[in-house]
Amino acid sequence: MKNWFIQHLRVLLLTLRRLRATPLSSLLNTLVVGVALSLPAGLYVLLQNVQNLAEQAISTPQISVFLSMDASADDIARIGEKLKQHDKIKTAEFVPRDQALEQLKQTTDLADVIGGMSQNPLPDAFLVYPIKSAAQALETLRDELQKWPKIAHVQLDSAWAHKLEALLKFGRLAVLLLAVLLSVALVAITFNTIRLQILTQRDEIEISALIGATRAFIRRPFLYFGLLQGLLGSAMAWLIVTVSVFLLNISLAGLVELYGSSFSLRLISVNDSLALLLFSACLGWLGAWLSVAQHYGATASEK
Amino acid sequence: MISFNHVNKRYPSGYQALKNVSFEIAEGEMVFLTGHSGAGKSTLLKLIAAIERPNSGSVIVKGKNVATLKSAALPYLRRNLGLIFQDHKLLFDRSVFDNVLLPLQICGFEHRESAKRARAALDKVGLLNREKALPIALSGGEQQRLCIARAIVNRPAIMLADEPTGNLDADYANDIMGIFKSFHQVGVTLLIATHDENILHKFEGRNLALKQGELLP
Repeated sequence: MKNWFIQHLRVLLLTLRRLRATPLSSLLNTLVVGVALSLPAGLYVLLQNVQNLAEQAISTPQISVFLSMDASADDIARIGEKLKQHDKIKTAEFVPRDQALEQLKQTTDLADVIGGMSQNPLPDAFLVYPIKSAAQALETLRDELQKWPKIAHVQLDSAWAHKLEALLKFGRLAVLLLAVLLSVALVAITFNTIRLQILTQRDEIEISALIGATRAFIRRPFLYFGLLQGLLGSAMAWLIVTVSVFLLNISLAGLVELYGSSFSLRLISVNDSLALLLFSACLGWLGAWLSVAQHYGATASEK
Repeated sequence: MISFNHVNKRYPSGYQALKNVSFEIAEGEMVFLTGHSGAGKSTLLKLIAAIERPNSGSVIVKGKNVATLKSAALPYLRRNLGLIFQDHKLLFDRSVFDNVLLPLQICGFEHRESAKRARAALDKVGLLNREKALPIALSGGEQQRLCIARAIVNRPAIMLADEPTGNLDADYANDIMGIFKSFHQVGVTLLIATHDENILHKFEGRNLALKQGELLP
Protein backbone atom coordinates (compact mmCIF):
# COMPACT_ATOMS: atom_id res chain seq x y z
CA MET A 1 0.00 0.00 0.00
CA LYS A 2 2.82 2.36 0.95
CA ASN A 3 4.69 1.32 -2.16
CA TRP A 4 1.64 1.98 -4.29
CA PHE A 5 1.36 5.43 -2.77
CA ILE A 6 5.03 6.15 -3.45
CA GLN A 7 4.64 5.04 -7.06
CA HIS A 8 1.76 7.44 -7.56
CA LEU A 9 3.65 10.21 -5.83
CA ARG A 10 6.58 9.60 -8.14
CA VAL A 11 4.31 9.85 -11.19
CA LEU A 12 2.84 13.06 -9.81
CA LEU A 13 6.31 14.56 -9.35
CA LEU A 14 7.30 13.42 -12.83
CA THR A 15 4.20 15.10 -14.25
CA LEU A 16 4.92 18.31 -12.39
CA ARG A 17 8.47 18.22 -13.74
CA ARG A 18 7.11 17.83 -17.26
CA LEU A 19 4.77 20.78 -16.75
CA ARG A 20 7.67 22.86 -15.52
CA ALA A 21 9.92 21.73 -18.33
CA THR A 22 7.68 23.51 -20.85
CA PRO A 23 6.53 26.57 -18.88
CA LEU A 24 5.19 28.55 -21.83
CA SER A 25 2.99 25.84 -23.29
CA SER A 26 1.84 24.84 -19.79
CA LEU A 27 0.87 28.44 -19.09
CA LEU A 28 -0.90 28.80 -22.42
CA ASN A 29 -2.83 25.58 -21.93
CA THR A 30 -3.84 26.66 -18.46
CA LEU A 31 -4.99 30.01 -19.86
CA VAL A 32 -7.01 28.44 -22.65
CA VAL A 33 -8.77 26.06 -20.26
CA GLY A 34 -9.16 28.85 -17.70
CA VAL A 35 -10.75 31.32 -20.10
CA ALA A 36 -13.01 28.64 -21.55
CA LEU A 37 -14.23 27.59 -18.12
CA SER A 38 -14.53 31.13 -16.77
CA LEU A 39 -17.35 31.89 -19.21
CA PRO A 40 -19.92 29.42 -17.82
CA ALA A 41 -18.55 29.82 -14.30
CA GLY A 42 -18.85 33.60 -14.45
CA LEU A 43 -22.32 33.46 -15.94
CA TYR A 44 -23.31 31.02 -13.25
CA VAL A 45 -22.12 33.39 -10.53
CA LEU A 46 -24.07 36.28 -12.09
CA LEU A 47 -27.17 34.12 -12.30
CA GLN A 48 -26.82 33.11 -8.66
CA ASN A 49 -26.70 36.79 -7.77
CA VAL A 50 -29.78 37.66 -9.82
CA GLN A 51 -31.67 34.79 -8.26
CA ASN A 52 -30.55 35.89 -4.85
CA LEU A 53 -31.69 39.44 -5.50
CA ALA A 54 -35.01 38.26 -6.87
CA GLU A 55 -35.65 36.10 -3.85
CA GLN A 56 -35.03 39.05 -1.57
CA ALA A 57 -37.42 41.16 -3.61
CA ILE A 58 -40.26 38.65 -3.52
CA SER A 59 -39.56 37.41 -0.04
CA THR A 60 -42.73 39.22 1.14
CA PRO A 61 -45.30 38.54 -1.54
CA GLN A 62 -48.83 39.32 -0.55
CA ILE A 63 -52.24 38.13 -1.57
CA SER A 64 -55.21 40.47 -1.29
CA VAL A 65 -58.41 38.70 -0.28
CA PHE A 66 -61.53 40.79 -0.91
CA LEU A 67 -64.69 39.71 0.87
CA SER A 68 -68.17 39.99 -0.58
CA MET A 69 -70.11 43.12 0.31
CA ASP A 70 -72.66 41.11 2.22
CA ALA A 71 -70.12 39.47 4.55
CA SER A 72 -71.22 39.92 8.16
CA ALA A 73 -68.94 40.53 11.16
CA ASP A 74 -69.28 36.84 12.01
CA ASP A 75 -68.16 35.85 8.52
CA ILE A 76 -65.18 38.18 8.84
CA ALA A 77 -64.16 36.70 12.17
CA ARG A 78 -64.60 33.17 10.84
CA ILE A 79 -62.52 33.84 7.72
CA GLY A 80 -59.87 35.64 9.78
CA GLU A 81 -59.58 32.64 12.08
CA LYS A 82 -59.39 30.22 9.14
CA LEU A 83 -56.64 32.23 7.51
CA LYS A 84 -54.65 32.27 10.72
CA GLN A 85 -54.99 28.49 11.10
CA HIS A 86 -53.91 27.83 7.50
CA ASP A 87 -50.56 26.07 7.35
CA LYS A 88 -49.40 27.84 4.21
CA ILE A 89 -49.99 31.32 5.57
CA LYS A 90 -47.59 33.19 7.77
CA THR A 91 -49.86 36.04 8.82
CA ALA A 92 -53.12 37.60 7.74
CA GLU A 93 -53.94 41.22 8.37
CA PHE A 94 -57.54 42.51 8.39
CA VAL A 95 -58.19 45.75 6.53
CA PRO A 96 -61.68 47.12 7.29
CA ARG A 97 -63.42 48.87 4.41
CA ASP A 98 -63.42 52.25 6.16
CA GLN A 99 -59.70 52.09 6.77
CA ALA A 100 -59.12 51.14 3.15
CA LEU A 101 -61.12 54.17 2.07
CA GLU A 102 -59.11 56.44 4.37
CA GLN A 103 -55.89 55.11 2.93
CA LEU A 104 -57.13 55.58 -0.58
CA LYS A 105 -58.04 59.20 0.25
CA GLN A 106 -54.62 59.89 1.69
CA THR A 107 -52.45 58.18 -0.87
CA THR A 108 -54.18 59.23 -4.04
CA ASP A 109 -55.66 62.34 -5.50
CA LEU A 110 -59.09 60.76 -5.56
CA ALA A 111 -60.20 62.46 -2.33
CA ASP A 112 -62.70 64.65 -4.18
CA VAL A 113 -64.16 61.77 -6.12
CA ILE A 114 -64.46 59.63 -3.02
CA GLY A 115 -65.90 62.49 -1.00
CA GLY A 116 -68.66 62.78 -3.56
CA MET A 117 -69.78 59.21 -3.04
CA SER A 118 -72.72 58.48 -0.82
CA GLN A 119 -71.50 55.00 0.01
CA ASN A 120 -68.12 53.29 0.55
CA PRO A 121 -67.56 51.19 -2.59
CA LEU A 122 -64.73 49.19 -1.08
CA PRO A 123 -65.17 45.72 0.45
CA ASP A 124 -63.52 44.48 3.62
CA ALA A 125 -60.27 42.75 2.89
CA PHE A 126 -57.47 40.64 4.28
CA LEU A 127 -53.82 41.02 3.39
CA VAL A 128 -52.38 37.51 3.43
CA TYR A 129 -48.64 36.81 3.73
CA PRO A 130 -47.88 33.26 2.61
CA ILE A 131 -44.92 31.20 3.79
CA LYS A 132 -43.69 30.13 0.37
CA SER A 133 -42.95 32.71 -2.27
CA ALA A 134 -42.63 30.49 -5.35
CA ALA A 135 -45.10 31.44 -8.06
CA GLN A 136 -46.57 27.95 -8.19
CA ALA A 137 -47.27 27.85 -4.46
CA LEU A 138 -48.84 31.30 -4.52
CA GLU A 139 -51.22 30.35 -7.27
CA THR A 140 -52.33 27.17 -5.56
CA LEU A 141 -53.07 29.19 -2.45
CA ARG A 142 -54.98 31.80 -4.45
CA ASP A 143 -57.13 29.15 -6.13
CA GLU A 144 -57.89 27.57 -2.77
CA LEU A 145 -58.92 30.84 -1.10
CA GLN A 146 -61.06 31.75 -4.10
CA LYS A 147 -63.31 28.79 -3.34
CA TRP A 148 -64.09 29.83 0.23
CA PRO A 149 -67.58 31.22 0.88
CA LYS A 150 -68.08 34.97 1.26
CA ILE A 151 -64.88 35.69 -0.62
CA ALA A 152 -65.48 37.74 -3.72
CA HIS A 153 -62.05 38.02 -5.21
CA VAL A 154 -58.47 36.99 -4.51
CA GLN A 155 -55.75 38.99 -6.16
CA LEU A 156 -52.23 37.90 -6.64
CA ASP A 157 -49.72 39.68 -8.75
CA SER A 158 -47.64 36.71 -9.82
CA ALA A 159 -47.08 37.62 -13.43
CA TRP A 160 -43.73 39.26 -12.75
CA ALA A 161 -42.65 36.37 -10.56
CA HIS A 162 -43.43 34.10 -13.49
CA LYS A 163 -41.45 36.26 -15.85
CA LEU A 164 -38.48 36.30 -13.50
CA GLU A 165 -38.59 32.59 -13.05
CA ALA A 166 -38.77 32.01 -16.79
CA LEU A 167 -35.84 34.36 -17.23
CA LEU A 168 -33.79 32.52 -14.62
CA LYS A 169 -34.68 29.22 -16.23
CA PHE A 170 -33.50 30.56 -19.55
CA GLY A 171 -30.30 31.77 -17.94
CA ARG A 172 -29.67 28.42 -16.32
CA LEU A 173 -30.19 26.66 -19.62
CA ALA A 174 -27.77 29.04 -21.31
CA VAL A 175 -25.17 28.35 -18.62
CA LEU A 176 -25.71 24.62 -19.01
CA LEU A 177 -25.32 24.73 -22.79
CA LEU A 178 -22.22 26.87 -22.51
CA ALA A 179 -20.79 24.55 -19.87
CA VAL A 180 -21.41 21.47 -22.02
CA LEU A 181 -19.87 23.08 -25.10
CA LEU A 182 -16.81 24.32 -23.29
CA SER A 183 -16.41 21.00 -21.47
CA VAL A 184 -16.15 19.35 -24.84
CA ALA A 185 -13.58 21.98 -25.75
CA LEU A 186 -11.62 21.20 -22.58
CA VAL A 187 -11.61 17.48 -23.37
CA ALA A 188 -10.46 18.27 -26.91
CA ILE A 189 -7.67 20.55 -25.69
CA THR A 190 -6.40 17.92 -23.26
CA PHE A 191 -6.72 15.23 -25.92
CA ASN A 192 -4.51 17.20 -28.26
CA THR A 193 -1.93 18.14 -25.62
CA ILE A 194 -1.59 14.52 -24.56
CA ARG A 195 -1.44 13.36 -28.17
CA LEU A 196 1.57 15.61 -28.75
CA GLN A 197 3.15 14.33 -25.55
CA ILE A 198 2.65 10.76 -26.63
CA LEU A 199 4.32 11.52 -29.94
CA THR A 200 7.38 13.00 -28.23
CA GLN A 201 7.53 10.07 -25.82
CA ARG A 202 6.98 7.32 -28.33
CA ASP A 203 10.35 5.71 -27.53
CA GLU A 204 9.70 5.64 -23.85
CA ILE A 205 6.26 4.09 -24.36
CA GLU A 206 7.62 1.45 -26.74
CA ILE A 207 10.61 0.53 -24.60
CA SER A 208 8.60 0.44 -21.39
CA ALA A 209 6.15 -1.96 -23.02
CA LEU A 210 9.03 -4.14 -24.22
CA ILE A 211 10.48 -4.48 -20.75
CA GLY A 212 7.26 -5.35 -19.04
CA ALA A 213 5.28 -2.19 -18.33
CA THR A 214 1.53 -2.66 -18.06
CA ARG A 215 -0.77 -0.35 -19.96
CA ALA A 216 -1.86 1.16 -16.66
CA PHE A 217 1.76 2.05 -15.90
CA ILE A 218 2.28 3.65 -19.28
CA ARG A 219 -1.03 5.47 -19.14
CA ARG A 220 -0.59 6.82 -15.61
CA PRO A 221 1.69 9.83 -16.25
CA PHE A 222 -0.54 10.98 -19.10
CA LEU A 223 -3.67 10.69 -16.97
CA TYR A 224 -1.99 12.66 -14.23
CA PHE A 225 -0.99 15.27 -16.75
CA GLY A 226 -4.57 15.63 -17.99
CA LEU A 227 -5.86 15.78 -14.43
CA LEU A 228 -3.35 18.45 -13.45
CA GLN A 229 -4.04 20.49 -16.54
CA GLY A 230 -7.77 20.42 -15.79
CA LEU A 231 -7.10 21.37 -12.19
CA LEU A 232 -4.79 24.25 -13.11
CA GLY A 233 -7.22 25.43 -15.78
CA SER A 234 -10.13 25.51 -13.36
CA ALA A 235 -8.00 27.28 -10.76
CA MET A 236 -7.29 29.86 -13.44
CA ALA A 237 -11.03 30.09 -14.22
CA TRP A 238 -11.75 30.56 -10.53
CA LEU A 239 -9.19 33.34 -10.35
CA ILE A 240 -10.64 35.05 -13.43
CA VAL A 241 -14.18 34.91 -12.03
CA THR A 242 -13.16 36.06 -8.56
CA VAL A 243 -11.10 38.98 -9.82
CA SER A 244 -13.93 39.95 -12.18
CA VAL A 245 -16.47 39.95 -9.36
CA PHE A 246 -14.15 42.09 -7.27
CA LEU A 247 -13.74 44.58 -10.10
CA LEU A 248 -17.49 44.64 -10.74
CA ASN A 249 -18.15 45.19 -7.05
CA ILE A 250 -15.84 48.19 -6.98
CA SER A 251 -17.63 49.90 -9.85
CA LEU A 252 -21.01 48.72 -8.54
CA ALA A 253 -20.35 50.32 -5.15
CA GLY A 254 -20.36 53.80 -6.72
CA LEU A 255 -23.55 53.07 -8.64
CA VAL A 256 -25.39 51.58 -5.70
CA GLU A 257 -24.44 54.48 -3.47
CA LEU A 258 -26.28 56.83 -5.80
CA TYR A 259 -29.45 54.84 -5.09
CA GLY A 260 -28.75 54.91 -1.37
CA SER A 261 -28.69 51.16 -1.12
CA SER A 262 -25.98 48.65 -0.30
CA PHE A 263 -25.58 45.74 -2.62
CA SER A 264 -22.62 43.74 -3.78
CA LEU A 265 -22.16 40.66 -5.93
CA ARG A 266 -21.44 37.49 -4.06
CA LEU A 267 -18.31 35.51 -4.82
CA ILE A 268 -18.38 31.95 -6.07
CA SER A 269 -19.21 29.74 -3.09
CA VAL A 270 -16.81 27.22 -1.58
CA ASN A 271 -18.94 24.29 -2.68
CA ASP A 272 -19.24 25.60 -6.22
CA SER A 273 -15.49 26.26 -6.33
CA LEU A 274 -14.74 22.70 -5.29
CA ALA A 275 -17.25 21.37 -7.81
CA LEU A 276 -15.58 23.44 -10.53
CA LEU A 277 -12.11 22.06 -9.67
CA LEU A 278 -13.33 18.48 -9.45
CA PHE A 279 -15.36 18.67 -12.64
CA SER A 280 -12.52 20.18 -14.62
CA ALA A 281 -9.99 17.68 -13.24
CA CYS A 282 -12.30 14.84 -14.32
CA LEU A 283 -12.63 16.31 -17.81
CA GLY A 284 -8.85 16.63 -18.12
CA TRP A 285 -8.47 13.04 -17.01
CA LEU A 286 -11.09 11.96 -19.56
CA GLY A 287 -9.34 13.83 -22.38
CA ALA A 288 -6.04 12.19 -21.50
CA TRP A 289 -7.63 8.76 -21.25
CA LEU A 290 -9.26 9.11 -24.67
CA SER A 291 -5.97 10.25 -26.15
CA VAL A 292 -4.03 7.27 -24.80
CA ALA A 293 -6.81 4.90 -25.87
CA GLN A 294 -6.71 6.42 -29.35
CA HIS A 295 -2.93 5.97 -29.45
CA TYR A 296 -3.25 2.30 -28.54
CA GLY A 297 -6.00 1.85 -31.11
CA ALA A 298 -3.79 3.45 -33.77
CA THR A 299 -0.70 1.38 -32.95
CA ALA A 300 -2.75 -1.81 -32.83
CA SER A 301 -4.04 -1.22 -36.35
CA GLU A 302 -0.49 -0.56 -37.58
CA LYS A 303 0.49 -4.13 -36.84
CA MET B 1 12.40 -23.57 -20.57
CA ILE B 2 11.63 -22.60 -24.15
CA SER B 3 10.09 -24.87 -26.75
CA PHE B 4 8.85 -24.24 -30.29
CA ASN B 5 6.44 -26.69 -31.93
CA HIS B 6 5.85 -26.40 -35.67
CA VAL B 7 5.93 -22.63 -35.57
CA ASN B 8 5.12 -20.67 -38.72
CA LYS B 9 5.34 -16.93 -38.99
CA ARG B 10 4.23 -14.99 -42.02
CA TYR B 11 4.20 -11.18 -41.96
CA PRO B 12 1.17 -9.33 -43.33
CA SER B 13 3.30 -8.37 -46.33
CA GLY B 14 3.33 -12.08 -47.24
CA TYR B 15 6.95 -12.67 -46.26
CA GLN B 16 7.39 -16.07 -44.64
CA ALA B 17 9.90 -15.49 -41.83
CA LEU B 18 9.76 -18.90 -40.11
CA LYS B 19 8.76 -22.25 -41.56
CA ASN B 20 7.76 -25.14 -39.34
CA VAL B 21 10.35 -24.45 -36.65
CA SER B 22 10.60 -26.87 -33.71
CA PHE B 23 13.25 -26.96 -30.99
CA GLU B 24 13.68 -27.05 -27.25
CA ILE B 25 16.02 -25.20 -24.90
CA ALA B 26 16.59 -26.60 -21.42
CA GLU B 27 16.92 -24.53 -18.29
CA GLY B 28 20.40 -23.05 -17.86
CA GLU B 29 21.45 -23.73 -21.43
CA MET B 30 23.41 -21.27 -23.53
CA VAL B 31 22.30 -21.50 -27.15
CA PHE B 32 23.49 -19.60 -30.22
CA LEU B 33 21.07 -18.78 -32.98
CA THR B 34 22.91 -18.34 -36.25
CA GLY B 35 22.16 -17.59 -39.85
CA HIS B 36 22.48 -14.83 -42.41
CA SER B 37 20.53 -11.66 -41.98
CA GLY B 38 16.95 -12.30 -43.03
CA ALA B 39 17.14 -15.93 -41.92
CA GLY B 40 14.53 -15.28 -39.22
CA LYS B 41 16.71 -14.89 -36.12
CA SER B 42 15.10 -11.66 -34.94
CA THR B 43 11.62 -12.97 -35.67
CA LEU B 44 12.30 -16.05 -33.58
CA LEU B 45 13.40 -13.92 -30.63
CA LYS B 46 10.37 -11.66 -31.05
CA LEU B 47 8.06 -14.65 -30.89
CA ILE B 48 9.49 -15.63 -27.50
CA ALA B 49 8.85 -12.16 -26.08
CA ALA B 50 5.44 -12.04 -27.84
CA ILE B 51 6.45 -8.90 -29.71
CA GLU B 52 5.20 -10.86 -32.71
CA ARG B 53 2.71 -13.73 -32.68
CA PRO B 54 3.07 -16.93 -34.76
CA ASN B 55 0.51 -17.82 -37.44
CA SER B 56 0.52 -21.41 -36.29
CA GLY B 57 2.30 -23.66 -33.83
CA SER B 58 3.01 -23.06 -30.18
CA VAL B 59 5.74 -21.15 -28.37
CA ILE B 60 6.07 -22.41 -24.79
CA VAL B 61 8.03 -20.24 -22.38
CA LYS B 62 8.26 -21.39 -18.76
CA GLY B 63 5.29 -23.68 -19.30
CA LYS B 64 3.03 -21.08 -20.87
CA ASN B 65 1.98 -20.84 -24.48
CA VAL B 66 3.04 -17.34 -25.43
CA ALA B 67 1.32 -17.61 -28.80
CA THR B 68 -2.11 -17.40 -27.21
CA LEU B 69 -1.27 -15.21 -24.22
CA LYS B 70 -3.69 -12.35 -23.61
CA SER B 71 -2.18 -8.92 -24.12
CA ALA B 72 -2.89 -8.03 -20.48
CA ALA B 73 -0.59 -10.89 -19.43
CA LEU B 74 2.29 -9.84 -21.69
CA PRO B 75 3.97 -7.44 -19.25
CA TYR B 76 4.36 -10.21 -16.68
CA LEU B 77 5.90 -12.54 -19.29
CA ARG B 78 8.38 -9.86 -20.33
CA ARG B 79 9.46 -9.18 -16.77
CA ASN B 80 10.89 -12.72 -16.73
CA LEU B 81 12.90 -12.06 -19.86
CA GLY B 82 16.04 -10.01 -20.24
CA LEU B 83 15.87 -8.52 -23.72
CA ILE B 84 18.96 -7.16 -25.44
CA PHE B 85 18.15 -5.38 -28.64
CA GLN B 86 20.24 -4.96 -31.72
CA ASP B 87 19.54 -1.21 -31.69
CA HIS B 88 19.89 -1.04 -27.87
CA LYS B 89 16.63 0.89 -27.42
CA LEU B 90 18.05 3.19 -24.77
CA LEU B 91 16.31 6.33 -23.57
CA PHE B 92 18.50 9.26 -24.49
CA ASP B 93 16.72 11.82 -22.34
CA ARG B 94 17.89 10.32 -19.05
CA SER B 95 21.09 9.17 -17.39
CA VAL B 96 22.68 5.75 -17.58
CA PHE B 97 21.51 5.11 -14.03
CA ASP B 98 17.90 6.05 -14.80
CA ASN B 99 17.90 3.81 -17.85
CA VAL B 100 18.78 0.85 -15.68
CA LEU B 101 16.27 1.92 -13.06
CA LEU B 102 13.34 1.84 -15.49
CA PRO B 103 12.57 -1.91 -15.37
CA LEU B 104 12.56 -1.77 -11.57
CA GLN B 105 10.21 1.20 -11.53
CA ILE B 106 7.95 -0.68 -13.89
CA CYS B 107 7.87 -3.63 -11.52
CA GLY B 108 7.18 -1.29 -8.62
CA PHE B 109 10.32 -1.86 -6.59
CA GLU B 110 10.97 0.30 -3.60
CA HIS B 111 13.41 3.09 -4.40
CA ARG B 112 16.37 2.20 -2.16
CA GLU B 113 16.26 -1.44 -3.24
CA SER B 114 16.05 -0.33 -6.90
CA ALA B 115 19.07 1.92 -6.60
CA LYS B 116 21.08 -0.86 -5.01
CA ARG B 117 20.14 -3.31 -7.75
CA ALA B 118 20.77 -0.80 -10.53
CA ARG B 119 24.28 -0.09 -9.21
CA ALA B 120 24.97 -3.83 -8.93
CA ALA B 121 23.90 -4.33 -12.55
CA LEU B 122 26.04 -1.40 -13.74
CA ASP B 123 28.96 -2.77 -11.76
CA LYS B 124 28.58 -6.14 -13.45
CA VAL B 125 28.96 -4.61 -16.92
CA GLY B 126 31.69 -2.19 -15.81
CA LEU B 127 29.71 1.04 -16.17
CA LEU B 128 29.42 2.03 -12.53
CA ASN B 129 31.71 5.04 -13.04
CA ARG B 130 29.46 6.30 -15.87
CA GLU B 131 26.15 6.21 -14.03
CA LYS B 132 25.53 9.96 -14.33
CA ALA B 133 26.43 10.15 -18.01
CA LEU B 134 23.84 10.39 -20.75
CA PRO B 135 23.74 7.39 -23.11
CA ILE B 136 24.68 9.62 -26.05
CA ALA B 137 28.09 10.14 -24.43
CA LEU B 138 28.78 6.40 -24.38
CA SER B 139 30.68 4.45 -27.01
CA GLY B 140 28.94 1.71 -28.99
CA GLY B 141 30.33 -0.98 -26.73
CA GLU B 142 29.30 0.91 -23.62
CA GLN B 143 25.79 1.40 -24.98
CA GLN B 144 25.57 -2.32 -25.59
CA ARG B 145 26.72 -2.98 -22.01
CA LEU B 146 24.16 -0.50 -20.71
CA CYS B 147 21.48 -2.41 -22.59
CA ILE B 148 22.72 -5.60 -20.92
CA ALA B 149 22.68 -3.95 -17.50
CA ARG B 150 19.06 -2.95 -18.05
CA ALA B 151 18.20 -6.49 -19.13
CA ILE B 152 19.75 -8.15 -16.07
CA VAL B 153 18.64 -5.70 -13.39
CA ASN B 154 15.40 -7.64 -13.00
CA ARG B 155 17.40 -10.86 -12.54
CA PRO B 156 15.53 -12.65 -15.32
CA ALA B 157 15.70 -16.44 -15.75
CA ILE B 158 15.93 -16.12 -19.52
CA MET B 159 17.99 -13.71 -21.59
CA LEU B 160 17.45 -13.10 -25.27
CA ALA B 161 20.12 -11.17 -27.15
CA ASP B 162 19.80 -10.03 -30.75
CA GLU B 163 23.25 -9.49 -32.33
CA PRO B 164 24.80 -8.28 -29.08
CA THR B 165 28.21 -7.92 -30.70
CA GLY B 166 26.80 -6.58 -33.96
CA ASN B 167 28.87 -3.50 -34.69
CA LEU B 168 31.65 -3.98 -32.16
CA ASP B 169 35.29 -4.71 -32.71
CA ALA B 170 36.75 -8.00 -31.46
CA ASP B 171 37.88 -6.75 -28.04
CA TYR B 172 34.49 -5.30 -27.12
CA ALA B 173 32.78 -8.39 -28.47
CA ASN B 174 34.91 -10.61 -26.27
CA ASP B 175 34.09 -8.42 -23.24
CA ILE B 176 30.41 -8.82 -23.85
CA MET B 177 30.60 -12.53 -24.45
CA GLY B 178 32.52 -12.79 -21.20
CA ILE B 179 29.62 -11.09 -19.43
CA PHE B 180 27.16 -13.54 -21.00
CA LYS B 181 29.31 -16.45 -19.95
CA SER B 182 29.20 -15.28 -16.35
CA PHE B 183 25.39 -15.26 -16.50
CA HIS B 184 25.45 -18.74 -17.95
CA GLN B 185 27.56 -19.87 -15.03
CA VAL B 186 24.96 -18.69 -12.51
CA GLY B 187 22.20 -20.65 -14.30
CA VAL B 188 20.55 -18.12 -16.61
CA THR B 189 19.12 -19.55 -19.82
CA LEU B 190 20.62 -17.67 -22.77
CA LEU B 191 19.62 -17.46 -26.39
CA ILE B 192 22.00 -15.35 -28.43
CA ALA B 193 21.39 -14.55 -32.06
CA THR B 194 24.61 -13.79 -33.92
CA HIS B 195 26.29 -14.06 -37.29
CA ASP B 196 29.76 -13.56 -35.76
CA GLU B 197 31.81 -16.66 -36.62
CA ASN B 198 34.59 -15.81 -34.16
CA ILE B 199 32.25 -16.03 -31.23
CA LEU B 200 31.00 -19.44 -32.27
CA HIS B 201 34.52 -20.74 -32.44
CA LYS B 202 35.51 -19.30 -29.08
CA PHE B 203 32.54 -20.07 -26.91
CA GLU B 204 30.88 -23.36 -26.20
CA GLY B 205 27.18 -23.76 -26.68
CA ARG B 206 24.59 -25.47 -28.82
CA ASN B 207 24.03 -23.93 -32.21
CA LEU B 208 20.62 -23.51 -33.81
CA ALA B 209 21.16 -22.59 -37.43
CA LEU B 210 18.42 -20.92 -39.42
CA LYS B 211 18.33 -20.70 -43.21
CA GLN B 212 15.55 -18.83 -44.95
CA GLY B 213 13.22 -19.44 -42.03
CA GLU B 214 13.96 -23.12 -41.63
CA LEU B 215 15.96 -24.76 -38.89
CA LEU B 216 18.92 -26.72 -40.26
CA PRO B 217 19.42 -30.15 -38.69
